[in-house]
Amino acid sequence: MISPAVNAAYDVESLRAEFPVLGEQVHGKSLVYFDNAATTQKPKQVIEAVDHYYRAYNSNVHRGAHMLSSLATEAQENAREALRAHINARRAHEVVFTAGTTASLNMAAGSLGQLLLKPGDEVLVTAMEHHANIVPWQFACERHGAKLKVVPITGEGELDLPVIPGLPRNPGLFTDQPGQAPNPGLFTDRTKILAIAHVSNTLGTINPVKELVAEAKRRGIATVVDGAQAIAHLPVDVQDLGCDLYAFSGHKMYAPTGIGVLYGREELLEQMPPWSGGGEMIDRVTFERTTYAGLPFKFEAGTPHIAGIIGLGAAVNWIESRGKEAMAAHEEALLEYATETLSAIDGLRIIGTAAKKVGVVSFVVEGVHHSDLGTLLDQQGIAVRTGHHCTQPLMQCFNITGTTRASFAPYNTIGEVDAMVAATRRAVNMLR
Amino acid sequence: MSTSIAQIQQELVDEFAMFQDWQDRYEHLIDMAKGLQTIDPSRKLDDNLVRGCQSRVWLHGEKVDGKVRFTADSDALITKGIVALLVRVYSGHTPQEILGASSEFIDRIGLRQHLSPNRANGLSAMIDQMKHYALAFSA
Repeated sequence: MISPAVNAAYDVESLRAEFPVLGEQVHGKSLVYFDNAATTQKPKQVIEAVDHYYRAYNSNVHRGAHMLSSLATEAQENAREALRAHINARRAHEVVFTAGTTASLNMAAGSLGQLLLKPGDEVLVTAMEHHANIVPWQFACERHGAKLKVVPITGEGELDLPVIPGLPRNPGLFTDQPGQAPNPGLFTDRTKILAIAHVSNTLGTINPVKELVAEAKRRGIATVVDGAQAIAHLPVDVQDLGCDLYAFSGHKMYAPTGIGVLYGREELLEQMPPWSGGGEMIDRVTFERTTYAGLPFKFEAGTPHIAGIIGLGAAVNWIESRGKEAMAAHEEALLEYATETLSAIDGLRIIGTAAKKVGVVSFVVEGVHHSDLGTLLDQQGIAVRTGHHCTQPLMQCFNITGTTRASFAPYNTIGEVDAMVAATRRAVNMLR
Repeated sequence: MSTSIAQIQQELVDEFAMFQDWQDRYEHLIDMAKGLQTIDPSRKLDDNLVRGCQSRVWLHGEKVDGKVRFTADSDALITKGIVALLVRVYSGHTPQEILGASSEFIDRIGLRQHLSPNRANGLSAMIDQMKHYALAFSA
């Protein structure tokens, strides 16, 4: 008998009560929402903040000479400050609002590529990146004649890294260590940018970002972290990580879709060229020459997603009020319990068994196609994601076409994990 | 005289109407998948893949004695059941009959509301592909 290691003091029911959608039914059954890595549900505090903005002070920011505009501007800049504190950036203007992680990474690759990449240079990514942290770098490499290099992974779904202080694993990543042959696949003297996921969306693996960033920094390599899957589940301290840029989405941290952040170290943001042109990002415009606004507005052309920003600020306040650590501990208990109970199903194999993981369980079942399993779980009210999860190169590493992925949030329960496991058994019996 | 497309569609609507819950409905689809006359392995080419499906679906049509004969396969069982259902409806008819046939029986079966948006799109893509074959053979 597998017993869950949940903390009895953690009040999951009061937390659930804050998420209206969790009361919904699907195909006549209570919704079990395990697609949190795709997007999290929204607490009423976020929904109400967005609603209140549109009802009480909808207005454009930074330009109106009237009261409502002042209120909207103040709310937006309060949200920026809340985010600064949340990720421990030094200054609020290091927080640039974007449409989401994908937009942030496109901006990072476009602007940083233009600043740093020359023909023959290299950009290093890992085999577990989301397409959003691959394709923009392919664009940049193509534009500047640079090459994309890939850090391989192990069968457990961890980065295959060399032995350096703080890191386990075999040699090969660093070419200038005595007694090691150059490895053309990894860091070289042409590497200009390291772009790496903090947490893998498909495997749940937590990467040793701090150590890698330190090593890159020592070599003068710019570092970009895709934090989409980390931001809601791990404490994120950008000064402690030491990275140059850190990208994340609001909608994976209980905020609305269409809003995200690109954090940038001030000194680098100052050097990076603007990526979109338009209103709000300029200082003076003539047909001969345009000068740009200061940070963060240089990177925020056009009217921002004001309601989204306000919702994101409310989400940060909600996370802080609930306590990230308590929520993360609960997710870890769900992860452990789900891993054990799912593993007991005949022919089921977990993809991604790293020592350090967030609450993501990806799995395949022998003789069962993931899309069939997803359909039959949905019929039983269980929402999971199936497919390649926007990580096709990673699927190729494991020689599979897709997985079924359950991903957890603080409002999920042990009872829901039991329901998923029972539904999976039932589906597998039907499909075999 | 052979059974018309409309008659086969009505048979399917009647068949599915007997099922009380989702499990019976899906088990019936899975049974249909297992009974499908599958595509010749040499025809399992990328060119015969139906675009717009999450899982891989191969569909091949050929004209035999003036009628279009469809064979198909899929690596997912439920998808294979859906394509089997469509093969049962459309295979063995003239191109004109296929082109003239309605597909509203899908709604009457109640399948569409049980399919994810991905699968519903895939289903439409399969019907389109069958009609494309019929169009090509009607020339």
